[in-house]
Amino acid sequence: MQKIGVFVCHCGTNIAATVDVKKVVELVRYEPGVVYADDYMYMCSEAGQEKIIEAIKEYGLTGLVICSCSPRMHEKTFRACAEKAGLNPYMVEVANIREQCSWIHKDKEEATKKAVILARAAIAKVNLNTPLKEGESPVTKRALVIGGGIAGIQTALDIADAGYEVDIVEKEPSIGGRMSQFDKTFPTLDCASCILTPKMVEVNQHPNITLYTYSEVEKVSGYVGNFEVDIRKKARSVDADKCTGCGECSAKCPLGKIGNIPSEFDRGLRNRPAIYMPFAQAVPAVPVIDRENCTYFKTGKCGVCAKICPSKAVDYEQQDEIVTVKYGAIVVATGFDIINLDKFGEYAYNESPDVITSIELERLMNAAGPTGGHLERMSDHKQPKDIVFIQCVGSRCDSEEKGKPYCSKVCCMYTAKHAMLIKDHWPDTNITVFYIDVRTPGKNFDEFYRRAVEQYHVNYIKGQVGKVMPQPDGSLLVQAADLLDGKQIRMKADMVVLAAAIEPNPDVRKIATMLTASIDNNNFLTEAHAKLRPVESPTAGIFLSGMAQGPKDIPETVSQAGAAAVKVIGLLAKDHLKTNPCTAQCDTLLCNGCSTCANVCPYGAITYDDVQVMDHGLRETRRVAQVNLALCQGCGACTSACPSGAMDLQGFSNRQITTEVDAICR
Amino acid sequence: MGFTNVESQVELIKEISGSDPYKCMKCGKCTASCPSYDEMDIKPHQFASYIIRGDIDELLESKAAFKCLACFACIERCPRDVQPGRLVDAARQLQERQRGGDYMQPEEVPELLAEDLPQQLLVSAFRRYRR
Amino acid sequence: MPMNEENKEFRPLIVAFCCNWCSYAGADLAGSSRLSYPADVKIIRVPCSGRVNPMFILRAFERGADGVIICGCHPGDCHYSTGNYYARRRMALLFSMLEYIGVENGRTRVEWCSAAEGAKFSKTMNEFCEKIKSLGENVRLGDLRCKN
Repeated sequence: MQKIGVFVCHCGTNIAATVDVKKVVELVRYEPGVVYADDYMYMCSEAGQEKIIEAIKEYGLTGLVICSCSPRMHEKTFRACAEKAGLNPYMVEVANIREQCSWIHKDKEEATKKAVILARAAIAKVNLNTPLKEGESPVTKRALVIGGGIAGIQTALDIADAGYEVDIVEKEPSIGGRMSQFDKTFPTLDCASCILTPKMVEVNQHPNITLYTYSEVEKVSGYVGNFEVDIRKKARSVDADKCTGCGECSAKCPLGKIGNIPSEFDRGLRNRPAIYMPFAQAVPAVPVIDRENCTYFKTGKCGVCAKICPSKAVDYEQQDEIVTVKYGAIVVATGFDIINLDKFGEYAYNESPDVITSIELERLMNAAGPTGGHLERMSDHKQPKDIVFIQCVGSRCDSEEKGKPYCSKVCCMYTAKHAMLIKDHWPDTNITVFYIDVRTPGKNFDEFYRRAVEQYHVNYIKGQVGKVMPQPDGSLLVQAADLLDGKQIRMKADMVVLAAAIEPNPDVRKIATMLTASIDNNNFLTEAHAKLRPVESPTAGIFLSGMAQGPKDIPETVSQAGAAAVKVIGLLAKDHLKTNPCTAQCDTLLCNGCSTCANVCPYGAITYDDVQVMDHGLRETRRVAQVNLALCQGCGACTSACPSGAMDLQGFSNRQITTEVDAICR
Repeated sequence: MGFTNVESQVELIKEISGSDPYKCMKCGKCTASCPSYDEMDIKPHQFASYIIRGDIDELLESKAAFKCLACFACIERCPRDVQPGRLVDAARQLQERQRGGDYMQPEEVPELLAEDLPQQLLVSAFRRYRR
Repeated sequence: MPMNEENKEFRPLIVAFCCNWCSYAGADLAGSSRLSYPADVKIIRVPCSGRVNPMFILRAFERGADGVIICGCHPGDCHYSTGNYYARRRMALLFSMLEYIGVENGRTRVEWCSAAEGAKFSKTMNEFCEKIKSLGENVRLGDLRCKN
């Protein structure tokens, strides 16, 4: 029989306001096995933990039940506390009477009743707990960063600088991501490429960093410390070792002039050849052949690039290659894109080339962009006089099929930036910004926005635009309302810029599934704890960096990237990780070697062995299941598949769960 | 109109219209889109607040309530699914119900038809007087 | 709610098996967002919905549960890759067997709820509770020896 101590936490008033804590203590005191029961204001505090340690020593407790917040919150704390007092940490069970009781129920009597039942279930379970010992698994000292934007670059650099090897997998031909498309950055108006390109070069030259561009993660297996990842290196059709990046091939590609292949990097504002580098500062400076569009791949004729290449680097025969690498940790930095605007017909984005998105405007204002940095209308190449900015296009939408429910966070600031930059270059441009709210929390952010209004006289009008109507004369008629002045407005504009909502890169879903990392309804990756573990996924060994986790600007992305890197370094610095001792175990006497468990095991942790068993005095050799404890992750799939009940899961054994059911149904 | 409390009245409007006035974030896209803007004394983006405040009488006494063409522009474009057009329609329906006049016989329809009557209005009227 | 003899309404006994990674976290989120659901629901934490042995469900009904709900990660999002698929198929079989012996299909349910879906968790539990209330007390499978 166990000697169980029950500790009920008030959690200030979080629990005590709706659960009669004293009554719970009284009611569980006489449960089987309980020798001690007490309550305390904050069980997780130092004084609370002292109390537990003292009780363990004084009463010789062999099991603990803590009635407090969710075990996801403090199970670790209390296990460590038990260990300090010399008790096996797995002799602790937590009854969740905060998140699953006091916080959701209003009636005190009802909540108290439920708390008692939850406590009883935990007590019943502890009675059957057995001391468990954690195993050890080695850590592969190498990290993988998925995504080569500013988030991935910064994470990789920080990890590499700490002395660990890092691989970056980027699906585009070059690293740089969204930031490389930007012209200037707010609120300092730094030139984006001036601050990004040195980092890109550093990544390329860093001895600890291996770049896989034009590559995708194909398959992930394993677990924290021991991931095995298949990376597909798509055929570039150019030998990276021979290529000097001279650019002759792109310049001579016949499709450059007649091909009509929209440049992804320039958001379709200009065309690119079939053999191309996304932009001049691309890292690595090695072009790729777009096989879908290349004449040689379509018809077998042409071959101009191969003929022209001075270093004979073009290789039409190149094949996709799959490399398998082992990693200890994986960082997801897959970034974002803007939403598709097809559903916003009222803004005429698909009708008029002069209605553009903000990211297209970035390209139009970029000196390396399609217009050489000269702002002009895509329809007639004239400089726009009147420009209208529309905020929150697709952000803050309640209807899910149309837009996103969240605020995209960066649009207010980049719109102020755009307005100021345009006014700086062409002071006689009239700029009107239609906003719902202007949100500028951040260091020097509101000052920045006010500068747009006060110094540059940008006209900010509160009111969402209703409709944009392309006119026969080529201008755009914008119908809006000034809610503060109570006027409906119809104004002519030469150009309309839409602040389209951002969304996580659509590929993140696939990647999250491969990593078994959780993802929320908006496809943002979920963090292990919204406040206390913001850069970790609930799946151990998976870390989050940048927009993949939620909308954020560049400074925030860089700091999150650093934080993720620190977490990775903390993991890689260990030689061994403690493994979860809640693993499956086979009762060799019951096992009949049917292989059902091995078939359902997702980790291949079950093998079969011939062992000698003594069954009722009979010695015989049987084929029975063996669990490889280093591989078993404790999911329990085998336990419910086993027809003879031989498989059981330590810490969540059949008897333990059954007794919990009994306690609840008592 | 003799409602005991604002909450139940809002609930009723919610039920009839199927949209929630509390979701309105005052973006003004409805007002920007409204073709009857000039005729309205209360603007579409204000409908939600009139209903939340319980000033339904005032809303119904306004010109706005009956100048709505039921063109559905605000319903189509509202990013919050508040749909001011439906709200004001629900308020009008509520008034009709108070009068006990929420029935319309099929034979009454032809005499209401006019050459220049927008079809949308007809559809909207059916919606209002159905049951 | 004061429970006196006159208006003693039927309070069902509902056992919810929640996987540690998604639904249990979803239940925690429902809690921290203060989205209430009836106290009749009692949650048992399991590592994965695939860990839920049909025996546990039978045991719950045997001991007087009026409804059992199994919550796991959304298909494709299982922390252990495939556990929820096994659970789904296993439960489909079990539920049809239970229906055959008189435990209505409404009393058993499998639901997917992610760690971010506190609202869905609360909504699901409210709905399930209402459903069980409408079905009334479960009289099948109960172990008569358990009754005093």
